[in-house]
Order: sequence, then structure tokens, then C-alpha cells
Amino acid sequence: MLSLIVFLPALVAAALSVLPARLGPSVFTGAWTATGLVQLALVGAVWADLPATGYGAVERREWIPSAGISYHLGVDGLSLPLLALTVVLFTATALYSWRQSDRPKDFVLLFLLLQTVSGGLFVSLDLILFFLFFDLSIVFMYFVIAGWGTGAPAREAALTFFLYTFLGSLALLVGFILLALAADTPTFDIPTLAARNPLAGGGTYAALTLLAIGVGLGVKTPVFPLHTWLPPAHTEAPAAGSAILAGILLKMGTYGFVRIAMPLLPASWRQFALAFVIVGVLSVIWGALVALAQEDLKRMIAYTSVNHMGYVLLGLGAAGMVSADSEHARELATTGAVYQMVSHGLITAALFLLAGALHDRGHSYAISAYGGLATRIPRFAALFAVAAFASLGLPGFSGFIAEFQIFAGALDAVPLSTVIAVTGVLLTAALFLRATSRMLTGRFRVPDTPGTPRPFPDLRAPELLAIGPLLLLATLLGLLPRLVLDVIEPAARTLNDLVAR
Amino acid sequence: MDTSMHSDPIALAPEIALLISAVLGLLVGAWTPRRRQWIVHALAALACVAGLAATVVSATRPDETVFGTYVLDTATHATRAIVLLAVLALIALCRDTVAGHKRETEFVVLLQLGALGAIALAGAGDLIMLFAAFLLASVPLYALAGWAKQGSATEAALKYYLAGALLGVTTAAGVTVLFGVAGATGYGRVAEGISRGPAAAAAVGLIAVLAGLAFKAGAVPAHFWVPDVSDGTPPPVAAALTTVPKIGALVALHRLLGTAIPPDVVDWRLLVAVLATASMTLGNLAAFAQSSVLRLLGYSTVSQVGYLLMAVAVAGQAPLARPALLLYLAAYALTNIAAFAVVASTDQRTLDAYRGLFRRDPLLALALAVALLGLVGTPPTGVFVGKLEVFTAAVDGGLAWLVVVAAVNTVASLFYYLRWIAPCFHPAGSADSDRPADEGAPRTANRWARGVALTSAALSLLLGLASGVVLTAVGAAG
Repeated sequence: MLSLIVFLPALVAAALSVLPARLGPSVFTGAWTATGLVQLALVGAVWADLPATGYGAVERREWIPSAGISYHLGVDGLSLPLLALTVVLFTATALYSWRQSDRPKDFVLLFLLLQTVSGGLFVSLDLILFFLFFDLSIVFMYFVIAGWGTGAPAREAALTFFLYTFLGSLALLVGFILLALAADTPTFDIPTLAARNPLAGGGTYAALTLLAIGVGLGVKTPVFPLHTWLPPAHTEAPAAGSAILAGILLKMGTYGFVRIAMPLLPASWRQFALAFVIVGVLSVIWGALVALAQEDLKRMIAYTSVNHMGYVLLGLGAAGMVSADSEHARELATTGAVYQMVSHGLITAALFLLAGALHDRGHSYAISAYGGLATRIPRFAALFAVAAFASLGLPGFSGFIAEFQIFAGALDAVPLSTVIAVTGVLLTAALFLRATSRMLTGRFRVPDTPGTPRPFPDLRAPELLAIGPLLLLATLLGLLPRLVLDVIEPAARTLNDLVAR
Repeated sequence: MDTSMHSDPIALAPEIALLISAVLGLLVGAWTPRRRQWIVHALAALACVAGLAATVVSATRPDETVFGTYVLDTATHATRAIVLLAVLALIALCRDTVAGHKRETEFVVLLQLGALGAIALAGAGDLIMLFAAFLLASVPLYALAGWAKQGSATEAALKYYLAGALLGVTTAAGVTVLFGVAGATGYGRVAEGISRGPAAAAAVGLIAVLAGLAFKAGAVPAHFWVPDVSDGTPPPVAAALTTVPKIGALVALHRLLGTAIPPDVVDWRLLVAVLATASMTLGNLAAFAQSSVLRLLGYSTVSQVGYLLMAVAVAGQAPLARPALLLYLAAYALTNIAAFAVVASTDQRTLDAYRGLFRRDPLLALALAVALLGLVGTPPTGVFVGKLEVFTAAVDGGLAWLVVVAAVNTVASLFYYLRWIAPCFHPAGSADSDRPADEGAPRTANRWARGVALTSAALSLLLGLASGVVLTAVGAAG
């Protein structure tokens, strides 16, 4: 079942690759959208069958037995929400790209492959399989940015992205090797390693392993100060690429923490929990402050990603601060962190797609170039305002639930850090309110560059169909959080038990 | 002496098949008109297939030493298989270049003799045998380097020959010193003898032999011939010279260090680790600035040897070292041949010429991307699994710092491989190279090379996916 979900896009891509490119964009994007909808139904079936504890829909086959590597897939409450997020975001991106005019065939094939590796990463239960998808996501995203970005700067940004994240992935690989060799019989199997807990004693070896894995995941997340690849990559990538990069690829980093770093290196995680908290808080504050100073809409959204991922790390770090009566608080923090991954995925993808829609019309990302958009393109303005409010953590949206849980869970263990991190929410609120008021209110103003089409139309049906559901989901998860919390909470409890042992 | 010496020539069937077909090929070629020289190719291919079959049969037998000097174990069998497969690919690859050429037969015969030398290097379990194999793997390839008789090829051949002659003498001297110290030439007795003899003399002898094997492998500090040979000769020749002898030399090095030189007498582990570091780093640094793809590939092979040497550095220390080395060698051979085959197929030597390749020939561009990303070590290609195993073996053998160096180098190498891959997929730059003259021309002219490129790129992917089976095969006796 999971294999089918993961490889369905790749199969569709293989089938589409024999079709001639001149068939036009709708054939390819249509097939892409259909793939997403089928995947969505399949994920729904998996969701319905998810067992209360342990992994669901497990598949395991020998791959490289002599090295302890197997093809091992499975989902639990930590990975299933992210798998669902992957499918939802790719389907939304497919709808958004309905009118893709620049080499639609190659574009769709590349995204379908990206869809396969993204889904595959979240259901991998083997470190090498995880690494395989992790690395391939970088390769495919590189081609998206370099191929559909904006000329020479895009190639440079793509190269920076590739080099940075590739360095991270190799650090990750070194960490995985250290982990596998720590077991009596080398194995890369995640549940086996979690059960055996070979590095339960901590020590230098375990600390170095955590450092390698932490750096690898930290680059991808990204956390301060490993985030410098992110703004140029986002600025130069096409809107669909940015949405996937921020919505899915960043989650690969944070998901790696909950799937690998915490359960497989519990002793070291507890030992260095404060370091992760501090890195998280630094990312929160730095991301928010730098975002505040941006004049470029996309760069601003990119930096808020650094800010939002910081909360995740704060929550996960706090979950490592084990004390006698902290069980409930730690569960809140972990659950909030996972919730934040889903929430941020939905909201940021919506923001990037909106920014892309604006760029299609005005050919500029400069915030100062726009004004009074609410009067001329109300649908855009409404969605943008909703997305901005959702992103700044207004109650009623999913971001609020996530951040509230993280703060509530972390306050007891790390009060000072939590208080500092809360100011990050204020900064984000300020920057989104500023951007919203500058762009949406006042006198109508759009960039007056040559090549700007005269009409400045409102959002079209495909764009509405892509962005609307994302924000609806973000609202739904804000109003009815139990839908997802019921799935996350048991898994978060299991994770905390693994960390605390 | 070894009284139970086994001297069954049948055990050497793959080697004999290569030798007979080389000699027969030379005779047949001399009496065949130029347009029917393909018979020699067919004969050589047949010999390779027969050799592969014989290898499979002999691999089922227990390990043994024949003629007292030649070891038949998993490493030798694997080397036979890899080299014979590589020769098969190279024979197909060279068709476009050599068909109808006046020295067509010579190419095939020299290639086969060089391959025979490479296999013999891998099997050598005796110092004298090692040196004989070294010569057999060198002399035919000097001639092959000069095969094209262009100005640059002659220069490359001369450089290759001079380096080889110098380091051949060092190797002979080293063999003599080791013999003097140990009082024996068989690896087992050498190990005993060295433990009793003066360690300093043994170290000098070992370094001298290492220099010769480093030359064959194209490793630092004996790598100076690599870029000239890969850039100065036709791509099929370059592919042969940077693939075939490397396989033999690295397995020979692994065997020599793992069985004949006890690391507690001469600490060669650090020495090899330093050579590995130097190879990968210098190879990468030099590759950065290249504008000729062949020169870039040449330096890339130098850096690849660095990664391969990591497995040699932990020979005998980590049980995974040998299977890792063999798997990496197989993957490297396939991937390297694929990359050179793309160059042979397009006949373009500058990076700029690859701009927009994806538009002109999507499959070839994809094969190039698979090959180059494979050389970086991107999963799920064969080199990735090879690298993973080598890294694991190195950490297991206590050389974690070397793994960090290799990881950093891998990232650095990505930079120059991307300089080649990225333009292939650029739509913008293809406008000027999109002339009708270019369109389709490489496809029809060099279809053999194109076929080899696509096949070996696909095989390198397959090797990664099926690496479980391969590792079980090469790790069975490990």
C-alpha cells in the first residue's frame, strides 16, 4: 500500500515521459492532479487503518542484507500527518501549475519525481532509505530551481542550495554510519535501532553522532546559522518550487529529529537538549528580525520559515528536558512541534503560491511596489490576509494551536527561552501586519515596469482551487485540532518514552 | 616450498581465454582486410564472454593458490568479472573510433593484454608475480596510449611511458628490498619474514612498491600522467587507461598490504590514509578549473582513487573492507565508462559544447547526469552503495577522520560535476548550438558509444538497486 502511494507519481511520470511534449500543459498537469487525488484517497485509507500504537501499513523486504539495509516502510502518528501534507501540497501545486507554459512536460515530470521522494522519505523506516529520498529530493529540487528560476541568479542560488544541503546530507550519512556501527550487528533499521538503543550510555561517540545528524538535519530545517542557503533559493525558485521547498523539504529536517535523532540517541538528546532549545530560540528571533527588514515579499516569507522552524526545535529540545513530573508538558511540546510542521506546511505553501500569483501579474516581489490591492483584486487580498493572519499565529488557525502547545509545554522546562521565543510571535505579527497594510490598503499601485501586462486580474480558478483548500485546512485544523491531535498524541507519547528511557 | 602446490591450468581459464584471443586476434587481424576487422572485435568479445563463464564456474570452487604464486579467491574472481565486463564495454565503445582504422586490431589486442595484466595484478600472491603482472599491465597500455598517433596522444604516451618506466624501476627495487628483508617472495612467507627482519628496510621496500601501484591506480603522487592521457587520447583509449589498470592495482594493493605486510611492523595504514586524502583532495582541486571535459574526468578519476584507497587503508582491519572495495570498483568501472562513453558519443571536448544537450538528445543527457551524479555518490547508483560501504568500513577500521575528509571532498566534487551537468539542461543557451548540423549528428555517427553510455549508466543504477545480491556474492568468503 505505502509502496503504491510512494511510487505512484514515479509510475505516472514514466508513463507521461513517452508522450510528446507538444500535447500541451493541461494533459500533464491534469495527470499530475489526478495522481495527487488518487494518492489522497489511498492516504485516507491508510489513515483509517492506523493502529493505536506501533507502525501501520508496514512493508519490509531485504535489500542489502549483508550491510543491514532493508526496504522498510511504515507509518505512525508522526509520519502520517506529514505524508498527508505532502500529498495535499503537491496536489495544490499541481492545480496551481495548471497553466504552466514553460516546458510543462519536464516541469510536471520533475515534480512527480519530487512527489515520490518526498512521500518516500516520510514513510522510510530504514536510515539508508531515508537518506536516499533525502538526497534525491535535493537533486530534483536543484533542477527545479536551476531550470525554472529566473536566469543566472537562479543557477547560482540553485548551486548554493545544492552544495549546502548536500554537505548536510553527507554529515547525515556519516552520522547514520556511526549509528549503524554502534549496534552489535550493524543495522540501519530505525525500529531495530530504537529498540536496541545501542548508544544508551551517551559519551563522546554518541555526542559526535548526534552532532553529525544534527548538522545534517539542521541545514535542511534550516536553523540559525545554517540557514543562509534558504533566502536565495526561495527568491529565485518558481512559486511551485518554493511552496514545495518550504512546505515539504524543510519538514524533512524537522521530521528527521523526531524520527531519528530523538528516539535513536535518547541519552545524547537529553544531554544536549538545551543546545537545541537555544538554537531554536536563536532561529525564532533571528528569522523574525531579518524577515522584518525584508523589502522582498518572498524573502520575507522565507525568513519567517526560519522563525517557524525555530519553534519546532524549541519544542523538541524542551521534550528532552526530562524531569519527574514533566511528562505532560513534554507531551504537549512534542505534539505541538509535529503540529507546527503540518501547520507551517499548509500556511507557508499558501503564502508562496500567493506570492507567485502576484509575481505573475506584477513581475516583482518588492513589497513597496504594490499598494491598495484590496480594491482591485479582492480575492487575492482576502486570501493573502487570511494566510498572513494564520502565519502570525492568530487563534482559530492551526499555527496558534501548534505554537500554544509548544510554549505551554516548554515554559516549565525552559522558562527564559520560552519567554524570548514568544517575542518572536510579536515580531512576526508586526511584520505580517506591516506587509499586509502596505500591499493591500491605500492607493492602488502596481509595478510599472516594461512587460507588465496592462490588466491586473484577480486570482483565477486554478489558483483559487490550489490556495483556498490549503487555507481552509489551516482553519479547520485551528478549529478542530482533535482531528490530527488524536493521531499525533499517541506517537508523541511513544517518542517521549523513548527519549526518557 | 609449498609441497601441495596446485598447478591446474584449467583454473586459469579466464586468463588463458584472454591470452589466446589476443594472440589469435593479432594473427587474424594481420591477414584480414580492413573492412572485415570486426572479426577481431567479435573474437575478443567472445573471449570475454567465455572468460566470464569460466569465472562463474571457478568462483564456485573453494579458494586456492595455483602455481604457488597466484591466488584464486573472491577478490580475484570479482576482478576477473569486473575487468572482463569493462573490456566488453570498451570493445563496444571503441567501435565508432576504430572501425576501419588501420590499427584497429592493435587496439583490441593491446586492450586485452592490458586487461590480462590487470587481472594478474589482482591475483598475484607473490612479489615476483606482482612485478611481472605490473609489467604486463603497463607495456601494452603504453602502446595503447600512443595508438592514435596524434600529436597530443604521442605526448601523452611518452609521459605515461616515462612515468611508468621510472616507477617500474622503483617497484623492482622495492620488490628486491622486500625479498632481501623477508627472504621469500610468497606473501605468506613475506609476512613472517618481515616480522623478524628490520622494519625500516621493509618500510623502504614497501614505499617503493606502493609508488608503482599508485602509478597504475593513478593515485597521488603518481597521478601526473592521468590528465594528459585522458585529454590527449581518444575517449575510448582514455576510458580504458583510467579504468582497467586501476581495478587490478587496487585489488593488488589490498592483497599485498592485507596479507604480506603486518601493520604492526610497518604502519602502512596511516600512509595509505594520507595518500587517499591527497588523491581525493588534489584530484578535486585540480578538476575545479578545467574547461575540457576529458581533463575534468581525468582528475575526477584521481579523486575516485582516493575514495577507493580508503578501503585499502583498513584492509584486514574491517571485515567489510574487501567487499566494499570490490563493489566500489565494479560501480566505478561502469560509471566511469558511462561518462567517457558520453564524451565519445558527442565527440565534444569542451564544457560549453554540452549546453542544451538535453534538448538535442534527452536520453544521453540523462545518462550523463546519472553517471556524474553517480560519481558524486548520489543514491541509488552503484557508487553510492560502494561509497556507503567504504565509509562504513573506514569508520569500523578506526579511520573516522578520513570519512569526514571524504565527505567534505564529495561536496567539493559536486561543484565541478554540476558545472558539466547543469548546462546540459539549460534551454537558454541551446539557441546557438541548435544548428541543424549538430542536430542528430552525434546520434547516428557514434551510435555504439551512445549505446554503451546508455547501457552502462543504466547498469550503474541497477548495480545500486541490486547491490544486496552483489555484496552477498563478493562478501561470501570475506
